[in-house]
This record gives sequence, C-alpha cells and structure tokens, in this order.
Amino acid sequence: MNVTITINGEERAFSVEGHESLLSALRTELGLAGTKDACEQGECGSCTVIFDGESVCSCLVMAADADGSTVTTVEGLAPDGVLHRVQEAMLAEGAVQCGFCTPGFVVAGSHLLETNPHPTEPEIREALSGNICRCTGYGAILRAFEIVTREGS
Amino acid sequence: MEFIAANDLDEALAAKAQHADAQLLAGGTDLMVEINLAHHRPTRVISLRRVEDLKDLSPGRIGAGVTWARLERNGHQGLAQAARTVGSPQIRAAGTIGGNVGMASPAGDGLPWIAAAEASIEVRSMERGARTIPWNEFFIGVKRTSLETDEIITAVVVPEDVPTAQEFAKVGARNAMVISTVSCIVMQGDDGVRVALGSVATTPMRATRAEEMINAESTISDSVLSEFARIVSREVRPITDHRSTEAYRRHASGVLARRLVERSLR
Repeated sequence: MNVTITINGEERAFSVEGHESLLSALRTELGLAGTKDACEQGECGSCTVIFDGESVCSCLVMAADADGSTVTTVEGLAPDGVLHRVQEAMLAEGAVQCGFCTPGFVVAGSHLLETNPHPTEPEIREALSGNICRCTGYGAILRAFEIVTREGS
Repeated sequence: MEFIAANDLDEALAAKAQHADAQLLAGGTDLMVEINLAHHRPTRVISLRRVEDLKDLSPGRIGAGVTWARLERNGHQGLAQAARTVGSPQIRAAGTIGGNVGMASPAGDGLPWIAAAEASIEVRSMERGARTIPWNEFFIGVKRTSLETDEIITAVVVPEDVPTAQEFAKVGARNAMVISTVSCIVMQGDDGVRVALGSVATTPMRATRAEEMINAESTISDSVLSEFARIVSREVRPITDHRSTEAYRRHASGVLARRLVERSLR
C-alpha cells in the first residue's frame, strides 16, 4: 500500500508491505540506515525516531499506520553534515564505542532537550532508560549529556 | 493485508462490524512485537490511532486511547505509578491503557489498579451500542476477555468513590523495560484496605481474604501486618514460568502487599 510521510522535513511517497514496520520502511524503502534494527520488540531503543512529536521505537510503528505523519530520524538531526550538539558532546566525551546504539541515544536525547531544556541527572537517566548500550558505555554517554545540559543553561 | 485507518469511532465500529476477524491496532507495542518476532500476519488491521473520541481523560473516565505517558502525568496516583513502570519512555509514548485492557495479559501493568478501583470496561459495537462490563466479568482468562468480535473497548470507567490513597509497586529483574514478576496495588478508603495483584493468576485479582482480615482489625500492628502478608501469599494463584517461580511469586506478593499498606498508612 502507498503512504505519504514527511521525513526529515521532506514529504516522501512510497509503497510499504502490510506488515512492515516504520523501521523497515525507513531502512529498506528509503535507505535511511541511521535508524538501527536490533531487537524488533521495543526493548533496545536503537530504532528510536521522533514520530508526530513523540520519541518512539520505529520497530513498533506499523508503516501503513504512519501515513500522514511527520517523522524525524537521526539523519534529520544533522542536516548538511552539521552535527547536533548531542552528537558533538558524544564525540567530545568518547561516548561512542561500537556505535550501534548511538543513533537511538542521540534521537532520544535530542527529544529530551526539546521537551525539557534543563533536565536533572535523574531526568536524563529516565529519558535514556529505553536505550541499551551493549558496550555498557553509559558513563561516557551520561557525561556527554551533562555537558549538553550545562551548555544549554 | 488490508489496512483500515479509522478517522473516528463510527468508522472504526463500522469496520469492526463488517470484519469480525480484523485486528485492532492502538499503540502497536504488543501487536508489532507479534508481527515482527512471531510472524503473526493479520489479514486485516483497523488502526485506532486517529480516533480522537478515544483520547478523553478525566478522573471518572479514561479513554481507551490514552497513552501511559499521559497517565503518568495526569492519572490517579496509583495508576500514574503503574504507568511509570511500563516499558520505557518510548513505549509509554505509544502504548495505551485500552491496549493493555484488550490484551489482558496477566502481567498487564494497568490491570491491578482497575481491579482495586472496581472500575468497569466500557465497550461499544455498531449494532448494540455501548455496554459497561465490571472488571471481574471482563477479564476471564489469560489474554481472554468478554469482548465480542464486533466490539471495541472505548474507556475504563472509574467509580466516583475510588480511594485517593493509592500505592503501586512491581517486582522485576531490573528497573526499566521490565515485564512484572508480581505487581500489587493497595488503596485505602472509607471501606478499608483494598489489595489487587497482577502476574499471580490468570487475570488480575483482589486478595479478598487478606482484605477481610485486615479490615476486621482496629489497629494495624506488626503482627497484623505479618498475618496479612501470609494470607496474601496463600491467596494468590501464581505459576512457575520463564520469569519466576510459584514460590517466589507467593513470597513477593506478601512482601509487596505489606509494604504498600505501610506506605499508604504514612
């Protein structure tokens, strides 16, 4: 079936399979491979996107149901190659090991800063609690968010 | 697969009346897992995401389409506490109470609250209109409810006299992203203590014998609380599965119920 979705500010019309997730559509139909595919059950957060203003797991959104919606992926946070301040902070802190979970943390974290520009440390931990880093690099990730939060204040 | 995006409740009810086999889609946090991992292939899906009629939230009526994220901020105290333990922020932004009720998993985080509040489930069909089903007639088994194939869950209806003192807790392997091993809610009102538990029976359940015991006491002493916990542990009907054992669930039920009574007395 055909859907039209505004992705990273651009209206895209394309065809999806009935059972396909938004995650799969982004990666295979549109070639937006920044959104990572890992658990496919909403446990790991590596497929996090902003869907109609909410931070959600794109593996749990039926692509057909996303018709008419607005989606921001990690690619949309760094248009023209200019990194988002969350990405800059993660680079500065060495908060990337294998990198697989990184886009999910960046999207979930950028959404936190959109909705709560000055989060406390517990609020940062809470906002990132749906994202798993298998390298267990949480210390550096949290430090990166502390930097961003301080900059924002 | 045929996909039907209902724009309002009438469209959703008409589609369900016409296609009894159609799968309803709300937040997708359960259905998409079945599709992704269990290769479930529904022939028809009716999406309720656009149905604004289901999103109303007031103390007496919680629309089926209200997300956990909204309940976390605006719900009754115990339901807000339960909502806070559902999955992760990403899951809570999508998942709805109507989906939790419709899935009727024994581990559904919103269900013990519904049992303790003595809430009812409002359902609607195109042919017969609305009916309101008491919670204990709605949940009839593991993932089984008394919803008819042409019906859609529209709301959780909350009695006016629901006690305001409410405390919820659940036990699981970790803090975030966890399906409950045992969940428990205690409410304290004019009629005394109410205790409801999840993940310890085929449906959410009230610990009525423990309630009777504690409500017959004039002072809540240490020994009364110990006896109360013992009765809760005996009264629950858990099983051993991949998440825990029957013995641990019995033990944890008593511990949680006692702790929550103490907390709600403070």
